[in-house]
This record gives sequence, C-alpha cells and structure tokens, in this order.
Amino acid sequence: MPPDGRKSVADITLQGGLAVDAPASRAKLLARMRLGDMAFRHVTRAAAVAVLIILGGVILSLISGSLPALRAFGLNFFVQQSWNPVTERFGALAPIYGTVVTSFIAMLIAVPIGLLIAVFLTELCPLWLRRPIGIAIELLAGIPSIIYGIWGLFIFAPFLQTTLQPFLIAAFGNVPVLSSLFEGPPYGIGVLTAGLILAIMVLPFITSITRDVFEAVPPVLKEAAYGVGCTTWEVVRYVVLPYARVGVIGGIMLGLGRALGETMAVTFVIGNAHRVSTSLLAPGTTISATIANEFTEAIGDLYTSSLIALGLILFIITFIVLTAARIMLAQIERRAGN
Amino acid sequence: MALYNKRRRRNALAMGLSLAATAFGLGWLVLILGVLVWKGFSGLSLEVFTEMTPPPGSAGGLLNPIIGSLVMTTLAVVIGTPIGMLAGTYMAEYGRHDRLAHVVRFINDILLSAPSIVIGLFIYEIMVAPMGHFSGWAGAVALAVIVIPVVVRTTEDMLILVPNSLREAAIALGMPRVTVIAHISYRAARAGMVTGVLLAIARISGETAPLLFTALNNQFWSMNLNAPMPSLPVVIFQFALSPYKDWQSLAWTGALIITFTVLALSIIARVLAAPRKSS
Repeated sequence: MPPDGRKSVADITLQGGLAVDAPASRAKLLARMRLGDMAFRHVTRAAAVAVLIILGGVILSLISGSLPALRAFGLNFFVQQSWNPVTERFGALAPIYGTVVTSFIAMLIAVPIGLLIAVFLTELCPLWLRRPIGIAIELLAGIPSIIYGIWGLFIFAPFLQTTLQPFLIAAFGNVPVLSSLFEGPPYGIGVLTAGLILAIMVLPFITSITRDVFEAVPPVLKEAAYGVGCTTWEVVRYVVLPYARVGVIGGIMLGLGRALGETMAVTFVIGNAHRVSTSLLAPGTTISATIANEFTEAIGDLYTSSLIALGLILFIITFIVLTAARIMLAQIERRAGN
Repeated sequence: MALYNKRRRRNALAMGLSLAATAFGLGWLVLILGVLVWKGFSGLSLEVFTEMTPPPGSAGGLLNPIIGSLVMTTLAVVIGTPIGMLAGTYMAEYGRHDRLAHVVRFINDILLSAPSIVIGLFIYEIMVAPMGHFSGWAGAVALAVIVIPVVVRTTEDMLILVPNSLREAAIALGMPRVTVIAHISYRAARAGMVTGVLLAIARISGETAPLLFTALNNQFWSMNLNAPMPSLPVVIFQFALSPYKDWQSLAWTGALIITFTVLALSIIARVLAAPRKSS
C-alpha cells in the first residue's frame, strides 16, 4: 500500500487481497465486478431518465391542473381581459400582455448594452482585467431576484418617480403616438419600471453568453482583418458579429427566457393590476407576478386552475424560446468544435 | 484621409460606447451592493440570529426563517445532488454519444432555465394538493428539482474534461467501469463537482418563487417538516411588502444576509474551479 493509506490499483481490484491464482475465486470476483458494474450503470441510467420524468411531470401536472379553467373558458381564456375572482371570470390577456411588454423593454435595453460589454471584454479590455470584470458581471447574475425586487421597490421606483417618469411625461406629452405610451401620473412602480429591472437582471446573462460566443471566433479571422488595417470596430462589425451571429441570437433568446419567467423582481414593482394599458407608466401584471401574488389566496377550484393555466402558458412560451436558444447555441458549439 | 479619419472616429465612438456600457453594467453591481450594505447593515445585530420573527411593530430577529432556509436547502441538496451526479455520470461515462444522453442533455438545459415559479406549481400539484397542506418537505423537494439540473450540468462537464487516457489506463489494468468511474474519473473531477454543488446551493438559497406555495411561511419556530416552514426569501418578500417599518428593516437585513451568502458561495466555487480552468 502507498504510505498515505490510499488503496493501490491492485488493492482496489482484488479487494481483501484475494488470491489471483485460484481460478474459481477469480471467476467469482469477475462475476461480482460485472454485476456491480451493471448495477451502477442501471442506477445512473435511471437517474438520467429521472430528469426526463421531472420535465414530463411538470408538463403533465400543469395540463391536468389547468384543465378545469380551459374547459370552462375555452380559447376565450387567452383573449379575455377580465380577471374577476368574485364572478369567477378569468382571462389571461392582461398577464400575457404584461409579460411580453416587460420582456420587450428589457431586451431593448439589455441586448445592445450586453453586446457592447462583450465587445469590451473580448477586444478592448487589458488581459489582467478580463477575469475580474467577467467575474463581477457573473456575480451580478448570481444576485437572487428577490434582492432586485426589494431594491427596485424601495430605491429604484422612487428614483424613477421623481426623475425619469416626469421627464418622459413632459418630453412626449405632446408627441402624437408616444404620448399614449407615457400617459398618466408617475407612480414609480409600473410596467416600465419592471422592464428596466428585468433589463438589469438579464444583462449579465446576455453578456456572459455573447462573450463566450465572441471568444469562439477563430483568432486567425480577426488577425487577418486587423492585418489588412481594419479598426477594432470594423473587426467586430464585419468579422466577429457575422461569425457569431447564431450564437448571439441564442444568447439573446436565453436572456429572453429569463426575462419571461422572472418572478420576484417583477412582482415587487409592477403593481399587480389586471389591465391592458397602453401607458408604460401604468401598473400592470405579468404571468409570474399574478401567480406569485394570488396563488395562496386563490379560493375555489376555478381560480386556482386559472392560475395554473397561466403557469402552463408561461411554461410553453419559455419552452419554445429556450429550445430555439439551445438549438442555436449548439450550432455555434459544433462549429467551434470543427 | 477624410475616410481614414471617419473610420477612426467611428471606431473611437464604438469603443467609447462599449467602455461606457461596461461601466454601466458594473455600476449596477456597486449600486445594489452599496444600498444593501447601507440599508441592511444598520439592522445587523446578534438579535437577528437569535430571535424569532416579530409581530408587527416590535423588535425581533430572523432566527426561524434562517433555520428553515438551512433545513430546506440541506434537504434539497441531499435529495438533488445524488440524482444529479448519477445522471451526469451516465451522460459523461456510459452514454456519452447515445440518444438518451442527447435527449437528457437537452431537457436538462431547458430545466436549468425554466421559470422557477412553474416548478413551484408542479410541486404544489404533486405534493401540496394531494397532502392537503403546505409543508417543509414540499419546499425542499421544489428546491431539489432546481438543484438537479445544475448538478447534472456541472458533473457532466467536469467528467468530460477528464482525459480519456486516464480511463484507458485504468481499463487496461482490468478495472471494471464502475471502479474506473469511482476511483479515476470522480477523483480527477472532484473539485469541479464540488463547485457544481456550491453553485446549486447559491442558486437555491435565494429562490423565493418555488417556496411561496410549497413551504409557505410560518411566524413561529417550526422544525416540523410536515407543516408550513418559514424561509428567509419568503419572509423578506412578506416583510418588504408590509407597511411596518420594523419589518421592512428586517427585510433589508435578511436581503443582506442572503446576498452575501450567495456571493461568498459563488466566489468560493470559482476559486475551487479556477486551477482546472487555467490548465
């Protein structure tokens, strides 16, 4: 045995030091090994299948839970705006609308900024600074969403109420179409605030994925472009971006998946109003915020079932978005592998 | 020359913007952490860790939610880690290229970024509704469902990094596969696999949405896993949205505790994983 007490290979194989020259015990040992190997293989396989079962279970439980609501309202569930627990009439239009609008605002802000940070990290940043900044951005991704929520409610929303929102109202109040976007009093909380918080939240996701994708661009291509005298911007614009396009879109979709499903940060600042309002300053709601706010207080099967149906819609939307993202990212990975 | 200047100007503009964007991104981190420390630190005292959550309007601490979070997180890791590691082992060692591994990899990636509130609904449907009451167990299982994909992913990634020549050498000595995995692959990938578990803990210690309607909340000391159980994130949620000043300041303190726990975990995880990455 080695001095540190670890078993050597021979000790492991012949546990207890079985005599190698006894054919019978050797065969027995081999059979036992084979059995152990088989058993372990099946256990790991079962665990892998368990992952599939979990996803299947999620889908099945959501479908079965939402059946009563879907049966009661049919397709009207998707287009109706009223959400009335007293008369038990539920429609998903307002939450769906809020989810889409807040995510759209988030992507509108987070995508260009995320891409620019990725450009900075891959092209501009001195080598010794890359890791610290990269880690800092990833730490931002690790902050739990409830922290963004409490911060948004107590710090960010009051700040917006006194600065950005009055400015928007004043600036666009007389512009024909835009004025309806920024109508009403500045509450602080509302659709716009939720969208901005979401932007801050998905920014690190988009940044770290696009950075990885940018880094997968073969250096030869970039060097060739620099060699013919391209500026850094031209290299990014005409070499890096076209090469990494699929991966960038994949990263954006992944961020979108986050934004669509994000719950706590939005719940704090959106105001929970079941209304479809053109104004971005008005309170609204999203699918996840509605579920988080109302689920434990939902009385009656139809109410609960309607909330689960909302969950099903959310799951289907994110499933589609995430699937598209993964397919695109897999494509860039395959290209990098070749 | 004019064209040259124009190109240079455009380049300077783009680079300036990317620098500004980075400052903007990092600014949020500083801003959020700064506010957390400023708001939460004043409330940080020994009582926070030794006293129960108070009724509105009186002083108290966060002992019961902290314990509740610890219990449920521990259970979730105990339930989720073995399943995740075994599944990751199958995908990296036995079925690296087979159909099942491909499908599981794909589904696992979906689960990894699926909205956590949907996981809460799922556990509500399969545990809370049949049992008829909210429970600490349901909360722990909901968190475990979040742990599994994180551990699967890191285990698989780390095992794939183990050089095949190590495995081949071991197999050439006549070791069965299970011995190769346990004594060669796991040993070589140990740091990375621990990192995965740490990241999973970091991920679930701030999760609120899946606990809202599985573990619910509890104002009192409770170690009964068959009853509603308090947790730090849910208490923060409840206290922050309350109109009481005492509760709000406790919420900030709780937020500070969670954030620094999460940040410490992810930094430790990164330090553990670092030597492997650079080699």
